[in-house]
Amino acid sequence: MRYLPHTQEEINDMLGVVGVSSLDDLFKPIPDDCCRSNELSFPGPMSEWELNAHMDSLSNDISADPDFKIYLGAGSYEHYIPSFIPYLVGRSEFATAYTPYQPEISQGTLQAIYEYQTLTARLLGMDISNASLYDGAMALAEAMLMAVRVTRRKKIAVSNLIHPHYRRVLQTYFAPTDYEIIELNGKGNGQTELEAIDGMDDLAAVAVQSPNFFGCVEDLQSIAEKAHAQKALLVTCFSEALAYGLFKNPGSLGADIACGEGQSLGIPRSYGGPGLGILACKDKFMRNIPGRLVGQTKDLNGRRGFVLTLATREQHIRREKATSNICTNNSLCAVTAAMYMATLGNKGMQALSRLNYNKTEYLKQSLKNAGANIPFESPTFNEFVVEFPLGFEKKYKGLLDRKIIAGLSLEPYYPEYKSHYLLAVTETKTRKDLDAFVKEVVS
Amino acid sequence: MNDNIKQGATGLIMNEPLLWEKGKKGRIGFSLPEADVDAYPLDESLVGHGPDFPDLSEVDVVRHYTCLSQWNFGVDTGMYPLGSCTMKYNPKTNERQAALPGFANAHPLLPQEMAQGVLKMIYDLERCLADITGLDAVTVQPTAGAHGELCGMLIFDSYHKSRGEKRSKIIVPDTAHGTNPASAALCEMKPVAVKSNENGILEPERIAAIMDEDTAGIMVTNPNTLGLFEENIKAIAGIVHGKGGLVYGDGANMNAVMGIVDMGRIGIDVLHLNLHKTFSTPHGGGGPGTGPVCVKKHLEPFLPIPRVIKQDEMYALREDFPQSIGRLHAFYGNVGVMLKAYSYILSMGPENLKKVSQLAVLNANYIKEKLKSTFHLAYDRPCMHECVFSDKIQQANKISTLDVAKRLMDYGFHPPTIYFPLVVNGAIMVEPTETECREDIDRFIEAMKAVAKEAEQNPDLLRNAPVTPKLNRLDETSAARKPCLTG
Amino acid sequence: MKEINELELPEDVRYSKDHEWAKSDGETIRIGVDDYAQDQLGDIVFVEMPEVGDKFGKDDVFGSIESVKAVADLFMPVGGEVTAINTDLEDAPELVNQSPYGDGWMIEIKVDNSSDLEDLMTKEAYLAVLQGSE
Repeated sequence: MRYLPHTQEEINDMLGVVGVSSLDDLFKPIPDDCCRSNELSFPGPMSEWELNAHMDSLSNDISADPDFKIYLGAGSYEHYIPSFIPYLVGRSEFATAYTPYQPEISQGTLQAIYEYQTLTARLLGMDISNASLYDGAMALAEAMLMAVRVTRRKKIAVSNLIHPHYRRVLQTYFAPTDYEIIELNGKGNGQTELEAIDGMDDLAAVAVQSPNFFGCVEDLQSIAEKAHAQKALLVTCFSEALAYGLFKNPGSLGADIACGEGQSLGIPRSYGGPGLGILACKDKFMRNIPGRLVGQTKDLNGRRGFVLTLATREQHIRREKATSNICTNNSLCAVTAAMYMATLGNKGMQALSRLNYNKTEYLKQSLKNAGANIPFESPTFNEFVVEFPLGFEKKYKGLLDRKIIAGLSLEPYYPEYKSHYLLAVTETKTRKDLDAFVKEVVS
Repeated sequence: MNDNIKQGATGLIMNEPLLWEKGKKGRIGFSLPEADVDAYPLDESLVGHGPDFPDLSEVDVVRHYTCLSQWNFGVDTGMYPLGSCTMKYNPKTNERQAALPGFANAHPLLPQEMAQGVLKMIYDLERCLADITGLDAVTVQPTAGAHGELCGMLIFDSYHKSRGEKRSKIIVPDTAHGTNPASAALCEMKPVAVKSNENGILEPERIAAIMDEDTAGIMVTNPNTLGLFEENIKAIAGIVHGKGGLVYGDGANMNAVMGIVDMGRIGIDVLHLNLHKTFSTPHGGGGPGTGPVCVKKHLEPFLPIPRVIKQDEMYALREDFPQSIGRLHAFYGNVGVMLKAYSYILSMGPENLKKVSQLAVLNANYIKEKLKSTFHLAYDRPCMHECVFSDKIQQANKISTLDVAKRLMDYGFHPPTIYFPLVVNGAIMVEPTETECREDIDRFIEAMKAVAKEAEQNPDLLRNAPVTPKLNRLDETSAARKPCLTG
Repeated sequence: MKEINELELPEDVRYSKDHEWAKSDGETIRIGVDDYAQDQLGDIVFVEMPEVGDKFGKDDVFGSIESVKAVADLFMPVGGEVTAINTDLEDAPELVNQSPYGDGWMIEIKVDNSSDLEDLMTKEAYLAVLQGSE
């Protein structure tokens, strides 16, 4: 086997040094009744070439773009990824390193994460960002745990226009605790109704997503005022980070913690993971933030360098009193996102976001003109809800054969929205694609 | 310094500023698609100024990250004997498979009949991991070891609740990873510490003394973080089960016992694995990883949803498991990582995977034998895949584990894990893994001996180390006193 | 790290088993960590303080102290209400290392029961405890 370098001669020799006569003898400390009674039986070994053929066949058994025209978003977005990004991020020195515990020989990862923290904080208008978490859903759960820790209060109010899967993960994290989750409903315009929090006592935080699951941009400033009036924190969440190339960022509108999913920033969809959990906050919460942090310092000769810092918050030191049980981050995905943000720059980010907005509006208006109902009037980014005539489901299936996936049916998530579909458009769709789509769905 | 041993050398390394210290306003590194639709109006009060990012060209970005990468040490650079982390070789063919367009471009909400290739992969991988551990059912949804532990503790909590109980304590040995108590605490279980005995393993009597009906169970790492097999595990499991508790296995050290130990047979109810350790997926400087959780049959109903099932030769995602702990991830976990582990397992096949454990254990025992007269060995017993030394001998010259670790860098090695496990003062935890060849292991042994000799003859060489990397020791105290987390 | 005979242990304060010191100044009692504690922890990077007005019983945790790689709880040597905190430690936690009994003090309290102070150890008693634990 090409990954196992030992020759039989070397094995015999090394066994001699250890003082045992066979490889099996190395396992003598293990009592017999702890050992397997059968041999492993999964398939293999495969040669590299057999493996290629096997994996090609699995990969070919998936319907993906560009062959298919896919209008699905809902937390995972099709964006162009410059070829050099996977090439750079795949460099062995980044990919095959461990968590940078030894800073002298990990400055590449450390500086790259420091840059990621900086660009992320700038994107969201926050003071600081951690080194990343596992995904957007977990980032929301961690942000809410952080909010109850900071405020020492017991209730959290959560918009039901936050991605349904994120809310499910939040429930999982909160299930063993006695914190109370209050659900905030949506209004007719596609934004969150805040009335329920009026006069609510012991409220730790209000969480909303913007743009929300329906693609609608929330009025964060008013929500911040309302939350702050009750000394509660505003936690804003997002699944489409590109929105902040165009819209005002959550920090400037009063968010205390901003969290979400960074997959849009140069990371392939890969059937939902790995993604990038982003968590950023105001300076004053620095010691309560979960996850890794990289900080700037100097070496013995006064040269600028970077280290993991404020580690006393973390599980390996504070154990059960840690700010989170998280051990690592999604480092390589964070570096990918930093590369992507640097590639766009201020100018590119604004231009690309505006292009996404315009293409989405183009489809929205075209569908409207063709007679489809657009139920929510709030401004949207990259996604919007359309109501098709009842019975559209049959057409939806027919379109699959024509290699078009006409968005996501909302009914399984919001039973009241029958025949409502969430459509996503990004820069990858051409006008020709969009025109063809309109023709197909309204014909 | 003996140049035959020392492979660390200086070379031309470039200085490179921070991203925002480079570039020129107006540059761009991205190929913007054509604006083939009209501009639509938008309420200007909603519009921001765009993030304060530097404007760079593609070449600026490529050079920047190429320079940065050269300041890193990875498994592909050299031996990385970081104990408890299993820094084995990460096969490149795995990268090819995960990047195949069908996988990389798969949208997670595709209609299931259009995602059969990836669903089959998940299903098959779960079956492989069940076979390897000897447990019955598997979820690959947790995205890291700590995430797997949380999943396991949620299963404990739900299991006890299903029996009408809320148990408030959990037994965690003093050798455990810090994530164990932190994960338990998230489930509002209070960790109760238990000490290992003079041989470095758990004693059934000590467990019996603290196990009661308010204790949810025990978290055991086996082999433990001293690299020793917990020989009394069956008896311990019996005691815990006897009081209605469950046994959690931290499978971080699975690389030692694949094809050898049956985790079900030894009494483990729930076990997490680390695909980024045992199953060769790259650590990426700290993620993304995957921490699958394997359980016995009676705990299957509690696994996170959605689950991948096979029905009439078709694969489907199912959510109708009313006792499930719920979702742990927005979608199904780190599929991109699963693909690499799956490719590894198929490349190895059953026989080679067992050989992996045999050779990992051989390498560790070989190092232990060769170095035990040079460095104090915490427990002089046959070890599994890693062995734990300490700085006890070097302390005579006021040389600490940290100094030894830093000096090893000058010789061209990543240092072992240091100061863990906590039960050994000044621990130096060496895990060579099976993919290191005899010559490199011998060179590591010689380097350790040379460093020990320097500690006696010229201890300042160690205190001032490393001198070869781009930077010398960094001031962590200032970094923590006046944190600067963004530029 | 210092040998026991190198420790600075003034006569005019009392010591607790958790390595805090307390010094009476009429109505108020000033509290900090002693030379042994600061030496064991190494470079102090952060001190988490209570707020003025917080009330604690004897042996309650009133804050925590952090070095780069360790964190320790701070325990009340006597019970009482916090009347002042040393805000200088926010920007200069190193004062705890430099001057544990002086500028590195942590809190002042109004003591619940002034006789509690008598239960704390004198320098001699404390030294005996330190030597015994070696």
